[in-house]
Amino acid sequence: MLRQVYDIVIVGGGPAGLAAAVSAKRNGIESILVLERDKELGGILNQCIHNGFGLHTFKEELTGPEYAGRFIEQLEEEKIAYKLNTMVMDISDDKVVTAMNREDGMFEIQAKAVILAMGCRERSRGALNIPGYRPAGIYSAGTAQRLVNMEGYMPGREVVILGSGDIGLIMARRMTLEGAKVKVVAELLPYSGGLKRNIVQCLDDFGIPLKLSHTVVDIDGKERVEGITIAQVDENRRPIPGTEEHYTCDTLLLSCGLIPENEISSSLGVEMSPVTSGPLVNECLETNVEGVFACGNVLHVHDLVDFVSEEAGAAGKHAAEYVKNGAKHPSSDAKDIPITATQGARYTVPKTINPDRMDEKHIVRFRVGDVYKNCYVSVYLNDERVIHRKRPVMAPGEMEEVVLKKEELSAFPDLSQITVKIEEA
Amino acid sequence: MYDVIIIGAGVSGAASARELSKYKLNICVVEKEEDVCCGTSKANSAIAHAGFDAESGSLMAKLNVEGNQMMEKLSKELDFPFKQNGSLVVCLHEEEMPDLQKLYERGIENGVKDLRIINRKELVELEPNISDEAVAALYAPTGGIVCPFGMNIAFAENAAHNGVEFKFDTEVTGFEKKEDTWLVKTSQGDFETKYVVNAAGVYADKFHNMVSEKKLHITPRRGDYCLLDRSTEGFVTHTIFQLPSKYGKGVLVTPTVHGNTLVGPTAIDIEDKEGTNTTQAGIDELISKAGSTVKGLPIRQVITSFAGLRAHEDGHEFYIGEVEGAKGFIDCAGIESPGLTSAPAIGKMVAEIVSGLAGAEENPDFIGTRKGILDPKTLSNEERAALIKENPAYGNIICRCEMITEGEIIDAINRPLGAKSLDGVKRRTRVGMGRCQAGFCSPRTIEILARERGVDPAEITKSGGNSKIIVGINKDRI
Amino acid sequence: METRELICIGCPMGCPLKVEINNGEVASVTGNTCKRGDDYARKEVTNPTRIVTSSVIVEGGSLAAVSVKTKQDIPKGKIFDIMKALKGVKVQAPVHIGDVIVSNVADTGVDIIATKNVL
Repeated sequence: MLRQVYDIVIVGGGPAGLAAAVSAKRNGIESILVLERDKELGGILNQCIHNGFGLHTFKEELTGPEYAGRFIEQLEEEKIAYKLNTMVMDISDDKVVTAMNREDGMFEIQAKAVILAMGCRERSRGALNIPGYRPAGIYSAGTAQRLVNMEGYMPGREVVILGSGDIGLIMARRMTLEGAKVKVVAELLPYSGGLKRNIVQCLDDFGIPLKLSHTVVDIDGKERVEGITIAQVDENRRPIPGTEEHYTCDTLLLSCGLIPENEISSSLGVEMSPVTSGPLVNECLETNVEGVFACGNVLHVHDLVDFVSEEAGAAGKHAAEYVKNGAKHPSSDAKDIPITATQGARYTVPKTINPDRMDEKHIVRFRVGDVYKNCYVSVYLNDERVIHRKRPVMAPGEMEEVVLKKEELSAFPDLSQITVKIEEA
Repeated sequence: MYDVIIIGAGVSGAASARELSKYKLNICVVEKEEDVCCGTSKANSAIAHAGFDAESGSLMAKLNVEGNQMMEKLSKELDFPFKQNGSLVVCLHEEEMPDLQKLYERGIENGVKDLRIINRKELVELEPNISDEAVAALYAPTGGIVCPFGMNIAFAENAAHNGVEFKFDTEVTGFEKKEDTWLVKTSQGDFETKYVVNAAGVYADKFHNMVSEKKLHITPRRGDYCLLDRSTEGFVTHTIFQLPSKYGKGVLVTPTVHGNTLVGPTAIDIEDKEGTNTTQAGIDELISKAGSTVKGLPIRQVITSFAGLRAHEDGHEFYIGEVEGAKGFIDCAGIESPGLTSAPAIGKMVAEIVSGLAGAEENPDFIGTRKGILDPKTLSNEERAALIKENPAYGNIICRCEMITEGEIIDAINRPLGAKSLDGVKRRTRVGMGRCQAGFCSPRTIEILARERGVDPAEITKSGGNSKIIVGINKDRI
Repeated sequence: METRELICIGCPMGCPLKVEINNGEVASVTGNTCKRGDDYARKEVTNPTRIVTSSVIVEGGSLAAVSVKTKQDIPKGKIFDIMKALKGVKVQAPVHIGDVIVSNVADTGVDIIATKNVL
């Protein structure tokens, strides 16, 4: 079988893969290959045709395809190699990537470093255990988004949406604009995981009701969806009998969460976080398998693509440094310090940080498990609180961050533990 | 004029068709759905039961054991997935040991081979995740797992290859007895035949009762299931049943031939013969029961839940034979569990009855083997590279969860009795059967189906009839 | 005096805003926590605008449709007029990001431009 050699192989040509590739190139690596399974670069951004992307990165509001276009342009300018319609089948722990496409057949690439940027998938109806029939007309919001935005097809006329994540909200507006009637958006939780702006501009603008603490309890229709029954849920998220409401409709869209796609990472032996379903990484965004890095939604699900690009840029830079250092890390006197997320903070990326190797400042990203108002984000080095920052509001739908300083970490005597937590006023 | 019309292209009908194609007979299978394997045959435990369960001396017991013994050879001849993984009936309470012994004795009487009772120590060696409560188990090494779609489709394709005609979207509405023949009335016109085989699953009583005064009564007995992701592969390696007792019947936990874990079924008697909807109560019951035989069941890895209907006849027995007072009308009714296991033997029995009545000659041109859809995952990397060179469609992955290529999908569509719908492709190739449940691949599968069938993408359905995926184009109603 | 209630979109707080309007002029904004809430409320009650995005059929290209948007904000009340104007619009490949697909759409003075390259 054909075996090629590259310094860095990047699995995935979506926003994370593109930014990682450009960054690796700009950090001195010539030999880079991006492998993309779809027929074009850009990943899921190609179907996110709404605007609101890029305010951080480009200081202007772009649509998804425009945002992707900017990075694709950079990739072309940097003359970085990529293959489309190419599926990575396997990655071995000595970094032989086995891939496949129509033209090259099965082929192998020996890489010095691998960057995982495969993104995520949507939680399906089955994974949600929604009872009822299994007719046509049940789509994940992303599938409907692809059909409407990229192929010009209407997947339904009368729509009920379960889940008020941003994709669900965006699709409520898109379906409405294209001529469908969106009857209701039901959300299991007592709050929406979507941005306020999307609730206002995608639902309120069109008079679409949002029912919090509601879920789908039955699906009618044997061939095509004919109706959906929703019911209110109690504090344990169990439907309350007697609260059922029936909606006649032909379509149910599901926007109930995203799951990083780490099947290849798992078979490679990458250790996963049970909270994020993404790899556990150090401050270089490197997994437990040396020379294998991860970024973007495969690492943890983001809400802003700008942060994906930033994170991927860091992964590209660290992978480049690793390769330039002879496919190993510079020796370090300091050890990796674990970061523990607790009391409202669900996880952190990275999971460990090495005070020797870290940049002057390092952004640690995390999510909270509930809505917190007027609380503090606190960071402890061992038992000493070094950050205590007031936040008027924090919600699970919005990623939070704290900045750790090398100076502070290096100077701290016997540092063995960093803790991120949420504290009441 | 047909010699034989078989009603139903489920596993019993397809197996009967295949066995009957060994004779010089003009055979037609009529099916109300758009494809084979659309009823009871598609939603069940996918088990090749060893045969200790059915009452000794019953037809059910006989055909179960026979079917089980035929399965391995048949799976090779007809190229469908089957694995003899062995089954375990787990006893959770010391006081139930006599019941386990009784089950063992029944198995021996039924002719189940290699059956034995194993103690907890051996049980834990076989299944490390077995419940801490488990005290012993009945071990049946002949128990197996099978792909129900694979088997049903293999029977049908092989039958078609040997000249059997299949009419889909053809619903039988009634019969008219002629002198020596039957007029079978259907939604697609009337067809005359010398013999009728009633393999209509949950509807078999309806057709039987049209021609007989001695009524059958089939209750659709719904079974809800949860299918867990392939990442759970190895959680259990045997099919694990709970010993039925005063504590309940329990549900089984089993690997599937494709590496998923399957949990189920419930047993809920309903009225609606199309009532394949799962209910919250059913799923809740499953989840609460599934934990009794195994510990740490990764139930959060569920990728789908579904329900199937067993054709439960009041007498809980297979009714196979010419109906009294209805000459030439052969029942194949009451085929509930272990119907899938028994299918090879059921087909053989039906063929013997019909060919005997018809005095049919053997078909010298019968070809008993069939090649399934090539699964490139079974090839070495080098073989796979060569295959892609020859046909690049095998280099194009469409279903990323199950790693299914365009080549496999094209084969599934273009072979005899090929897939017409998304579900048809799914049952033949596993496209969309993985953890994303067709989220990513369905638009692409629609594109391939439309292209290969030469129709507009809007014509492609999920499972025939009105199950359309695309209902129009953007802005067409504004 | 007219009162309108809004939810601020400036941040996840989602402050419930109350705007009092007198003869078409904003008399007061209450309920906001910061300046952004005040700005948003004033704009939203006097001149609410939106960017409209959609996609139109493209012929002869590598993709079936090309995504488009209004080049600038348009009045909120014009959203559906714009969608109607886009009905049946077809373009020929190649299309490049920024190409004008429909000029002065629905008499808004704003162009519809492509947001994707389709070659």
